[in-house]
Amino acid sequence: MTSQLTVTDLQINYAGTSILQHISFSLEAGEIACLVGPSGCGKTSLLRAIAGFEPISAGQIELRGRIVSGPDKTLPPEQRHIGMVFQDFALFPHLTVARNIAFGLRKMPRGQRRQRVDELLKLVEMQDARNHYPHQLSGGQQQRIALARAMAPRPDILMLDEPFSSMDSELREQLARDVRQLLRKDGITAILVTHDQNEAFAMADHIGVLGEGSLHQWGTGFDLYHRPADRFVADFIGQGVLLPGMIINDKQVRTELGIVTGDLEPGEATSPAKIVDLLLRPDDVIHVEDSHLQAEIVARAFRGAVYLYTLRLESGQKVLCLVQSHHQHEIGEMLGIRLEADHLPVFRRHTSPAT
Amino acid sequence: MPDSPRQQQTLISTGAVLLALLLALPVIVVVSYVFVPTGEIWSHLAATVLPDYIVNSLLLMLGVAIGTLLIGVSTGWLTSMCQFPGRGLFEWALLLPMAMPAYIIAYTYTGMLDFSGPVQTTLRELTGWGFGDYYFPDLRSIEGAAIMLTLVLYPYVYLLSRAAFLNQSICVLDASRTLGNGPWRTFLFVALPLARPAIIAGLSLALMETLADFGTVQYFGVSTFTTGIFRTWFGMGSAAAAAQLAAGLMCFVMILILVERYSRRRARYHHTSRRHQDIHRYSLRGMRAVAASGFCFGIVALGFLLPATQLLSWTVSVADQVLDARFMGLVTNSLELASYAAVLALLLALLLAYSQRLFPGKVLQGAVRLAGMGYAVPGPVIAVGVMIPFSFIDNSIDGWARSNFDISTGLMLSGTVVAVIFAYLTRFLGVSLQTVDSGLSKITPSMDEAGRSFGYGPLQILRQVHVPMLKGSLLTALLLVFVDVLKELPATLILRPFNFNTLAVRAYELASDERLAEAAPAALAIVAAGILPVILISWTITRTRRVAVTRDTP
Repeated sequence: MTSQLTVTDLQINYAGTSILQHISFSLEAGEIACLVGPSGCGKTSLLRAIAGFEPISAGQIELRGRIVSGPDKTLPPEQRHIGMVFQDFALFPHLTVARNIAFGLRKMPRGQRRQRVDELLKLVEMQDARNHYPHQLSGGQQQRIALARAMAPRPDILMLDEPFSSMDSELREQLARDVRQLLRKDGITAILVTHDQNEAFAMADHIGVLGEGSLHQWGTGFDLYHRPADRFVADFIGQGVLLPGMIINDKQVRTELGIVTGDLEPGEATSPAKIVDLLLRPDDVIHVEDSHLQAEIVARAFRGAVYLYTLRLESGQKVLCLVQSHHQHEIGEMLGIRLEADHLPVFRRHTSPAT
Repeated sequence: MPDSPRQQQTLISTGAVLLALLLALPVIVVVSYVFVPTGEIWSHLAATVLPDYIVNSLLLMLGVAIGTLLIGVSTGWLTSMCQFPGRGLFEWALLLPMAMPAYIIAYTYTGMLDFSGPVQTTLRELTGWGFGDYYFPDLRSIEGAAIMLTLVLYPYVYLLSRAAFLNQSICVLDASRTLGNGPWRTFLFVALPLARPAIIAGLSLALMETLADFGTVQYFGVSTFTTGIFRTWFGMGSAAAAAQLAAGLMCFVMILILVERYSRRRARYHHTSRRHQDIHRYSLRGMRAVAASGFCFGIVALGFLLPATQLLSWTVSVADQVLDARFMGLVTNSLELASYAAVLALLLALLLAYSQRLFPGKVLQGAVRLAGMGYAVPGPVIAVGVMIPFSFIDNSIDGWARSNFDISTGLMLSGTVVAVIFAYLTRFLGVSLQTVDSGLSKITPSMDEAGRSFGYGPLQILRQVHVPMLKGSLLTALLLVFVDVLKELPATLILRPFNFNTLAVRAYELASDERLAEAAPAALAIVAAGILPVILISWTITRTRRVAVTRDTP
C-alpha cells in the first residue's frame, strides 16, 4: 500500500540560502503527524511546500503515490486535493458559516452538498450557527468552522498551521483533544504544525522535530521524550539537564550522583569509558527524605500538583526535581534525592565547554 | 468672566457648536430651501430642464462608475497582487491623474482631438482625407465627459481597492486555493467580494466628484445639476430656484454619502484575520507581463502624461505673450486665497477638534460632523448657500444704514473675498478636520496623563507632546486644503468679486473662449501644484509591508 504522503530528501532554498534540507518522512492513511520546532525553523515553509504554495529546490513530495512537487514541478494547490486550516482560520468574512463550509464543494450536486454541510455542522456541533457570519463567532467557534470547511471536500490530507496559537492556553489542550477526536472519527490523515510540544503530544501519532532547517527526529512522543536523537531534541522537548558522566556498560553510567542504571539510549555512537552527557528529566530525580544524596534548593516553581525544584549539587551542577506539592521546602534547604531512570539518553561530550 | 471650570466648559463647547453651525450654514440654507415655495420658476424648471438634469447626471454617473471600476480595480489588483516590470513605479504613477482637474483634462483633450488638433491633422496627412471625408467621434458629448471624468477619478477606486487587496488576509486567498479554486476563481469569488465595500466606498467618492463637476460638463455643453444651478442663478436671477436645484443635487449626494458610510462600516467586518502574512505576488511572465505593464502605462499616459505634455507644449508656444504681469497677478491672487483658506481651515479644525477632545458631547459631535460634510457638497451648491444669507445680511445692514444715517454701506460680504474664503472653509474644512482628527487620535489620553504624572502642566504637554506629534498632520492639512483651493472652480466663479481672477477661473474662461493654448500656463500651474498631494499620498502608501514574490503564475 502506498503512503498518503511521502516527502523525500526535500530541500527549499529561499533567496539563495537553504532554509530546509534533507527532509524525509512519510505518513500512512489515517495517521496524524505533527511538526514541532522553534519559530523560524522552517516548519511552516514545509507545510506550505506540501500544500503547493512554496516551490521546492530538491527532492520530491508525493501525495498518494503521485509526485506533486519536484525541483521543476509544482502542482498548484487547487489541484492537490488537500485541506488546510490556517493559523488565523481565514474564514471568508462575506459568506455565512454554511456557505463557508460549502465553498470547496462546488462540484457536488446541490442536495448532496447540503447534506455534507449538515453532516459537518453536526460533527463540529455548530448546527445553530449555519446562517451566522464569521465575525459573529467566538475564536473557538471560528476554529471549528475552519476545520469543518477544510474537511468538507474529504481531502487526501488535512494540514493545520498552528491552529491553536490564538487560543487561551487553557482552551488549547481541550481543543487539541477535540480536533483529534474529530479527525479520528472521519479517519482523516492530517499533519499539524506547532511550536507547542504539549499540543503535539495531545494530537499526534508521529512527531517530527525541526530545527535549523533539518528534521532532527521523527517518532512518537514517547520516543522524543525518552530517546531523543540528539541534543537539539533533548533540549527542545521537555525539561531536563545534561549531567556529565562516564559510560560503564550498556546499562550503567557513572555520574556525580553515583552510578545510574537503566537502558542506555545513545543519541550518537558511544562506547564504554567514553565521557558523555546524560539527560536527566525532572521525573528521573526523586525526592527521598533520608537519602545520602543531598542537594541545595536554589529555585522552585509551583505547578499545582507538583513543585519543580532546581537543585544545586556539590560541584555546582544543577538538576531538576519534581516533588508533590504537599511537601513544602524552602529555598536554601537541602533536599534528599535519588535517581530513578529507565532510559538513559547520553550524548557525546563536546570538546568546547560552551555547549 | 466665567469663574467656575464648569461655566468655562459650557462657554467653550457652546462657542464650538455655534462655530460649527456657522460653517454648516450654506448646507443648512440650501437644504431648507426644499420647503420654500418658488411658484412658477420651479414648475417651469420641473417641466423643461429638470428631467434632462436628472437623466444626464445619472448617465454620467453610470459611465464614470463603469469606467472607474474597470480601471481602478484592475490596476489596484495588478499593482498589489502581481509582479511585473515597472510595478513599483506604476504603484504611485497611477495616482498622477489625481493632479489633473477634470475641466483641464477636458479642454486639453478637446484641443488635441479637434479638427485642427494634432490627432486629426496627422490622420489627414496620413490618409489624404479632407474635411467631411471621415467620421471622428465628438468628445463634446456626455460620453466624452464620462471618459474625461473617468480618467481623473479612477484613482479613488484604485487607492481604496488596492488598500483592500493588500489588507485582506493572504490566508483567505490561500484557503480558496486549497479548496480547489484556481487564481481566477479565487479573484472573482473571494478577493473581489472581500474588497467590495472598499471598492464601493471609492466609487461613491468618485461619483460625488462627478456630481460636483462643473467645468467639464459646462465646457462640453452637457446639462446637469451644477450647470443648471449656475444658469438659474445668473440667467434667471432666481436664488430660490437655484437653491432648490442645489437641494435636488444634495439628495443625490446624500445617497452617495450614506452608501459610502455603510460600505466603510461593512468593510470592518470583512477582516477576520488578525495576522498578516507577507504577500506572495504572482510573478507575471512573457506576454502577461508586457500586457500588465502596457495597460498601466496606457492609463497613466491617458490620464496624465499626454495631457500634461500637451499643456507644456502650449505653454511653451505662448509663454512670451501670456507670462506677463497680469499672469503674475493671477498667481498672487490664487496663492493668497489658498494660503488664507488653508491657514484658517487649519485653525478652525484645531479649535473644533480640541473642543471635542476636551469636552466630548453629542451636540458638539453632531455639529462638527455637519460642518465637515461640506467636502461632499458640490461647489455651486455651496456658492448658492453662501450667497443667499450673505446678501440677506448685506441688504439688511444697508437698509438699516440708509434709513438711520442715509448712507449706503453697499455689499460688505457678498461679492467680496470674504464670501469666497467662507465658501472655501465650508467646502474644505472637512479635509483639515479629518487630517487633524486622525493625528490627534494617535495621542492617547494616557499620554496626557503620563505627562501630568511627571509634573507637566497642560501647556507644557501641548508643547512637548502634542505639537511634535501633530506636526506632520498639520502640514498635511495645510497642503491638502491649499491645493484643493487652487483647483476649485465653480464656487470661485460664482462668488468672486467683480474683476477678480484666479488661475482656475482664468484657465476656464480662456478655454471657454477656445483660446486653449493661452489657457495652458494657468492650467499647468494648477496641475503642478496638484502633484504635491499626490506625492504625499504615494509616499504614505508605498511604505507598506515587505512582500515576497513566488514563482507560480495565475
